[in-house]
Amino acid sequence: MKKVKFLATAIFATVLFVSCSSDDDTPEPVNEEEVITTLTVTLIPNGGGTPITLQTRDLDGDGPNAPVVTSGNLATGVTYNGSIVLLNETVNPPENITEEVEEESEEHQFFYTIGSGLDVTTMYTNLDRDGNNLGTQFTLTAGAASSGTLTFTLRHEPTKPNTGLGDAGGETDIAATFNVTVQ
Amino acid sequence: MRTYVLFVLLLSSIPSISQTCENTLSGTVKDLHDGSLLAGATLIVAGSKQAVQTDLDGHFTISNLCNDTYSIQVSHPYCLSKGFTVKISGNTTMTFKLEHHLEELNQITVEGKAYSNKSKTILENTISKEELERFSSGTLGDALNSLSGVSSLNTGNTVVKPLINGLHSSRVVIINNGVRMEDQEWGAEHAPNVDINSAGNLTLIKGAGALQYSGDAVGGVIVAEASKVPVKDSLYGKTLFTAASNGRGSSLTSQLTKSYQSGWYATVQGTLKRFGDFEAPDYVLSNTGIFERNASLHVGLNRFNYGIEAYYSLFKNEIGILRASHLGGAQDQIRAINSSRPLIINDFTYQINTPKQDIAHHLARIKGFKRFDGFGKVSLQYDFQRNNRLEFDIRRGADRDNASLDLQLDTHTLILDLDSNLTDAISLKTGLMASYQNNFANPNTGVRRLIPDYEKYDLAVYAIADYQLNDNFLVEAGGRFDYTYMDTFKFYRTSFWKSRNYDELFPEIVVEELNNQILTNPQLNFYNASATLGATYAFGENYKLFFNYSIASRAPNPSELFSEGLHHSASRIELGDLRFNSEIGHKISLTFQRENENFSFSVSPFINTIKDFMVIEPTEIQQTVRGNFQVWEYRQTDAQLLGVDFDASYAFSKNFRFNHQFSLVKGYDRSREEPLINMPPINTKNEIVYQNPEFKNLRLALQSEYVFRQNEYPDNNFEVFIPETETMETVDLSTPPDAYHLLNLNSSIDFQVTQKSTLTVGFEITNLLNTSYRNYLNRLRYYADDLGRNFLLNLKLNY
Repeated sequence: MKKVKFLATAIFATVLFVSCSSDDDTPEPVNEEEVITTLTVTLIPNGGGTPITLQTRDLDGDGPNAPVVTSGNLATGVTYNGSIVLLNETVNPPENITEEVEEESEEHQFFYTIGSGLDVTTMYTNLDRDGNNLGTQFTLTAGAASSGTLTFTLRHEPTKPNTGLGDAGGETDIAATFNVTVQ
Repeated sequence: MRTYVLFVLLLSSIPSISQTCENTLSGTVKDLHDGSLLAGATLIVAGSKQAVQTDLDGHFTISNLCNDTYSIQVSHPYCLSKGFTVKISGNTTMTFKLEHHLEELNQITVEGKAYSNKSKTILENTISKEELERFSSGTLGDALNSLSGVSSLNTGNTVVKPLINGLHSSRVVIINNGVRMEDQEWGAEHAPNVDINSAGNLTLIKGAGALQYSGDAVGGVIVAEASKVPVKDSLYGKTLFTAASNGRGSSLTSQLTKSYQSGWYATVQGTLKRFGDFEAPDYVLSNTGIFERNASLHVGLNRFNYGIEAYYSLFKNEIGILRASHLGGAQDQIRAINSSRPLIINDFTYQINTPKQDIAHHLARIKGFKRFDGFGKVSLQYDFQRNNRLEFDIRRGADRDNASLDLQLDTHTLILDLDSNLTDAISLKTGLMASYQNNFANPNTGVRRLIPDYEKYDLAVYAIADYQLNDNFLVEAGGRFDYTYMDTFKFYRTSFWKSRNYDELFPEIVVEELNNQILTNPQLNFYNASATLGATYAFGENYKLFFNYSIASRAPNPSELFSEGLHHSASRIELGDLRFNSEIGHKISLTFQRENENFSFSVSPFINTIKDFMVIEPTEIQQTVRGNFQVWEYRQTDAQLLGVDFDASYAFSKNFRFNHQFSLVKGYDRSREEPLINMPPINTKNEIVYQNPEFKNLRLALQSEYVFRQNEYPDNNFEVFIPETETMETVDLSTPPDAYHLLNLNSSIDFQVTQKSTLTVGFEITNLLNTSYRNYLNRLRYYADDLGRNFLLNLKLNY
């Protein structure tokens, strides 16, 4: 009786196992769509000239590789028209995240933080649907020769309107710092 | 003719000589379930005036019986009476077995244990039905928290994970109605998917000694069992309603049982719980609501020698996670930690928005048993579990309402157990277990899989024997072997794969190389042996000494092996390690216990030495376009935990009682000689209870809970550049919060509504003084205070 029961169990267990060993299909990969790998700030001098590009690019997203940062030098007294483009280059073709940010403009805002040594000023030139600052486009005026950090911060769901990062709240989607020289 | 008659008479006198009716029937009366001897059982010989009672050892002797067949009725206060037919021929010895079922109906208190011991040489802590009912609107973790040596690792106040002697998650095994819970329990923010109202009894075993359940419970085992159903014609039930001021919600649970003399029974039970945002003393904890819906059904047949039971339960829970805890990078962490109030406080609402968890757990079980005389009890169980876990983050664009994590975990288990008494003194439990598990991570989330798709096969065999040397001394020994095979499909980021040198270590597991990911097929085997050895010694009237040494081996869980990416709710990057082997814990525990009506206590020191302990801790800061994140990497080390739990209860007078609890645990990483993270601080609970059974069972209790500051912790702080101030600032993740003291008031009174139904009205205030505090073991302590004062009204109707 005991033997029979053990045997029955063993057979049951085997059947269970065999029947559950499913197909050998490999799972499909997930290409994350929300990842921002690349932030590019393009500064076009007002009177014409070579555009300046500030870029931070991290092709493995949250992976171990650090972003590659390229910076540029500004000319004293020049005002630049700035625009910011966000890309997700983990997918092919790369996805433009700026479009999403602009579609949900009320929930986003870029902030420009100028380091103490650097003599530049910035001004928002585009607004969200409620008439508050959005900041994917801006103007930047370089003052006297100087150098320091220039940081671009994108906040998701900030308090709007606000007076700056201090009272904006929300979550940081991007924080990119560049070392910039005005010469 | 005369000689003939004489001869006949002579012949007939032969049987009449043996018909002198001087035979005795002697023997014992035993409990059918565990073979324990029943004292005070009455035996009545039908058709005569003879009635005897068993003595303290369960022995009886009935004299002056003839060589005949008798009907004997055996009865016992806690058993169903049963008739036996006995054929007497000379002096006869018999053993009668009775079903020693316990009355649990209408609060008749009985002596003895309603639930059998799970381990005989580790002191078990139990939470009775009455105590559980006080936590009806809370969670399983809340109830367990009331025991000494148990704390909880919380994410807010609704995700409560039990922490036994400093260990949690995969190291704590939860057995729900005989089924090992497989509910993604590896996650520190994954609460057990058990409805506290479906349990009639909770048992806690602080160690791996209960090998019949598992061999990998390095921390301990929690066993939740349904109330036993008596074998008699009956219909009964209860309904509990709780309304609470904090969270402005309520919970309703109801249970109805129908049982028959024939052994058939059915129980149906359901719970509905709904709370809005909870509140700290000074603000609303936005998005912390909960919506829980559970149901369970038992149907079974319970006979003396065989039985079968089918069980199904559904647990559904939607839990809001504090909105202010969802952060971007390290800069946000600084802002959140430096702010004394949560960064996001909205008006109270019942609505649960993102971030949130949405979980459904199905559990189905069928179990049968049969007792074979002289062999033992054989039980066979099959269970199936399906766990669906959805976690929602704050997302952008089209993915806004899409879950970030969508896991389906199916588990099939088959268990064959044999309980037998080899001799009167030796009992043996043996069994086999086979299980199959399949985890499916839905790729439609658009987020890389936190846990990969895998199939897992487990096979186990165990044996535990105990030997009652004499009335005072019992020894127990057991062993278990588990084999685990995991077949996994995992996508690695190419950059991670290379940075870890996996491309050189494991080139053979690569299936396919994609653009920036690599598909691999790790096939892992784990062989785990575990063992237990213990003794119990009873002396004097009231004293008992328990000693237990157990070895537990735990295979790494999927998170420890495969984590690789940003964990949003913790705002950190978590990395597992494919090279891990099993961790092995050696726990020695000792308990000195005094059990007495007036004064009882227990002191339980322990030491747990764990080789290859898997621990996650920060290693570096990683820069991404999103900002800086701390990287937490799993590594294996040698850990040691030691501590003591102390319980005492003293009755001042008939109605007044003082209860005391004290727990201390210290945990160290022995290879780095530094404290382990998340060790519970020293805490003590003191309670004065007034209970008057003569006056409507009035109960008033005032409880004080003091939690010391944790002074031993690893320093995991790191620095990050803040552009606004152009300074490096420290992200203080390590410093534990201050000590705190809470007062709770609990009262209840019974009203007899009708002959058969009792209404219990309870009123409770937790955090009576509305103290603002933060708990070191709450993962959201950086962002918000813990709960403020809460008024609860409990209504319970037994019918």
